[in-house]
Amino acid sequence: MADYSNYGLLIDYKYCDNCGSCVVACQEEKGLAADQYGIKVFEKGPWKKDDATMEDGWDWDYVPVPTDRCDLCASRLDAGKKPMCVKHCLTFCMDYGPLDELAKKAAGLGEKVAIFKVH
Amino acid sequence: MEKQFDHEWQTPQPDGSTIFRTCAWSPPGDHPVGCGVELHVKDGKLVHVEGDETHPITQGRLCPRCLALKDYTYDPKRIIHPMKRDPAKRGQSDAWEQITWDEAYEIIQEKVADIEQKYGREAIVVYGGTGREACMFYYPVAFSVLNTPNLCYAQSGWSCYGPRSSVADYILGAGYPEIDTGYFPDRMDNPEYELTEVAVCWGKMPLWSNGDGFFGHSLIDMMKRGTKIICIDPRVTWLGSRKGNMTLQLKPGTDASLALGILNVIINEDLYDHDFVDNWCYGFDELAERVNEYPLELVEKQTWVPADQIRTAARVMANAHPMCILWGLAIDQNKNGVQAGHAILSIMAITGNIDVPGGLTVGDPSVRLGHWCTDSRQYLSDEIWEKRIGVDKWPAFAATMASTHPDETLETLETGIPYAPKMAWINSSNFVSATCSDQNQRWYKALLPMEFTVASDLYMNPTIEGLADLFLPMSTFAEHDGFVIPYYMSNNVWLGCMAKAFSTGDTKSDLEICYEVGRRVTPHANWSKYNDVTEWLEEQLDDEPLLPFTWDEFKEMGVYFPPMTYRKYEKGMLRNDGEPGFNTVSGKFELYSVLYDAWGEDPMPYYEEPTYSQVSKPELAEEYPLMATSGARVSAFFHSEHRQIAKLRALNPDPEVEINPVTAAKYGIQNGDWVQVYNMFGKGNWRARVTPTIDERTIHCQHGWWFPEEDGDAPNLYGVFKANFNLLVPHFNVGNLGFGCPAKGIMANIRKVASLEDQNEENYQQVPPVLIENHGRIY
Repeated sequence: MADYSNYGLLIDYKYCDNCGSCVVACQEEKGLAADQYGIKVFEKGPWKKDDATMEDGWDWDYVPVPTDRCDLCASRLDAGKKPMCVKHCLTFCMDYGPLDELAKKAAGLGEKVAIFKVH
Repeated sequence: MEKQFDHEWQTPQPDGSTIFRTCAWSPPGDHPVGCGVELHVKDGKLVHVEGDETHPITQGRLCPRCLALKDYTYDPKRIIHPMKRDPAKRGQSDAWEQITWDEAYEIIQEKVADIEQKYGREAIVVYGGTGREACMFYYPVAFSVLNTPNLCYAQSGWSCYGPRSSVADYILGAGYPEIDTGYFPDRMDNPEYELTEVAVCWGKMPLWSNGDGFFGHSLIDMMKRGTKIICIDPRVTWLGSRKGNMTLQLKPGTDASLALGILNVIINEDLYDHDFVDNWCYGFDELAERVNEYPLELVEKQTWVPADQIRTAARVMANAHPMCILWGLAIDQNKNGVQAGHAILSIMAITGNIDVPGGLTVGDPSVRLGHWCTDSRQYLSDEIWEKRIGVDKWPAFAATMASTHPDETLETLETGIPYAPKMAWINSSNFVSATCSDQNQRWYKALLPMEFTVASDLYMNPTIEGLADLFLPMSTFAEHDGFVIPYYMSNNVWLGCMAKAFSTGDTKSDLEICYEVGRRVTPHANWSKYNDVTEWLEEQLDDEPLLPFTWDEFKEMGVYFPPMTYRKYEKGMLRNDGEPGFNTVSGKFELYSVLYDAWGEDPMPYYEEPTYSQVSKPELAEEYPLMATSGARVSAFFHSEHRQIAKLRALNPDPEVEINPVTAAKYGIQNGDWVQVYNMFGKGNWRARVTPTIDERTIHCQHGWWFPEEDGDAPNLYGVFKANFNLLVPHFNVGNLGFGCPAKGIMANIRKVASLEDQNEENYQQVPPVLIENHGRIY
């Protein structure tokens, strides 16, 4: 198995809508039970902004966070496939790869981007 | 023909497994969205599910329900053999006995013959559920399989899709219109396509709402390219809260007023498309006059949406090109919904956004696939067709719907007038749960006296446990061949192929059940002429000159985009006579409906306050100070399905009611507390989700809940009446054309309770009879 220790997960979380696909895709891939997670979605807000306008009224985001079980689907990466969560995300808000490449991508994605280094 | 996509539908793998490529529909449930799925099968068993990255619409993405398909397929609770039960033991969960299909067919043959001989075939009523592939087969199940004119969709006022479809038929003369997201093999990159500048999600949250053929997350793809979204919704949704998007947070059930207010701004500020109005619209002057009855100050009062927000949104909508309104279930579940739908389509028309790239797609008359639904009616005599329940009183309904009138059907069941139904066939419907029927206990009681009841499904549910004598186990979409037909044939912007990858137990598809039962009990219909269902599938394609490929070729293609032509009304492609214009009485888009006039309905859109609101019933305003709405979908479930799948249930463990923090504080309710929601019609308990995204005056209750882990025996029936919003919704609160119900806007109150089980009987009063009055009848 290749070494993915310099790899990470990028979340363009302005688009994460908490569909749950990453959670279930991971559970299926890793053979986890319903109460075991390789990635879990957390919620920030919803809070109405003090200076709310019609087009920018809410501080409300979801962020999927990989757990200690996450190995970035190393065996899938070896086979040339994407991690299950990245592939199935309904908003395509997830990416993976070497951290330096993800940092460059993040710089071009505007606000609300997170990079997780899992190992 | 040239292949649009070139890939194999089955690919053997080195480890001995095979990857099958298919388009998902149902069961398990969804509407015909046709997401691209790769099914990894080894030794005849599904071992892994992935998205199909070559699918041009979903591009590899899948929602949790497809991702959990393996769990759904092999859950020990799934029923994979036919079962029978003594009718005297309905409601007893341990009284089922496994049988073979041959025994099941024999029982059906014997019972149908008996019912026919004693009462006639019209004594059989088929109850069809929503959204599933069964929608394309419940017509033949009634007409050509059981040979009865009585197909019932048991939702009061047929309030799902039917009203919108009918409104489109009446005033646009075309099939169900929906947003154009680039229905070409190269999708939004095609040079003919233009990106929608502003998309308006009106009473619709397409990310979760199982669009009737529309993949909701296309909206995210569009947002990434620059589309802005306006949500018109009693709840601020995640989608409406994104930076750059807007939400008009209206009072439930007031959509028609808001639409008339928006029309007022667009017309009086001269923001409309004069060319389209002059050439292609009928009745503009009358509409211009009508909208003056809806000044924004009045609309604000009726809808709770501030006038300046309405004005801003109207200008944004009128100035954006292309602009598209996606209309949702809130238009159907509304007594005033026909008018709301008419006004919404009128906004689309006068802004020139109908049948243009990035606007509303309009289905042309060439259906392409799905003829079998309505064709199956040819096997009914005129004499028996005349016996269709309840339609004589509702001519507008009868003109567009090939079913019974649902509310009339309940009354017929209860009174035996004009005749008593004696046999029920429940076709993928769980109407005792809060899915379609209102006053579910009445439906449950009304169906109990049936002499014989058959049900087809994949899992036991409260409706079948309570009512059925024969259980026909169904296959999932992965276990049978079929077609995915977006918008149920009324707007075939694309087509998908469902190709069988494996099988489980003795399960069968809707089509296979039609074939097997049809040739046994109605030999004069078409089912006898096929040697197997593949011949039937082949025939559907062979008979259609616009689909130049065979069934085997379709399996290889997987997905097909018919040629897309915009502005068909200019080209004589919408009318049966080949002339330019729309297929309506006037030949134009009817801002003024000639048909409504003929049916005694106001030909122009108007606003009517919800019957059961604090405004309409001021004497009850103090007792029921909140407006309750329901039915917002979630990604984990399809209506009442999936509650037994642990990974999906974990995403949404309990039935939830959304309450504003200010309101919650007033009642001493904290996030996570159990809350009873009650009104003069019924009650139920939900767990509080305290959130500022809902208005202080509104609450939202989740629908479809039952508890597979609970006792299934009657009267508990898996706890189906414990958190059942439809018990709070009255029967027969329909509009003048027979459509609509108040499931999305009805007065109610809340109180804190200890648990789901804490069902306090004393906290709602029986409504005085005079209050439940509709169309001259008093309930």
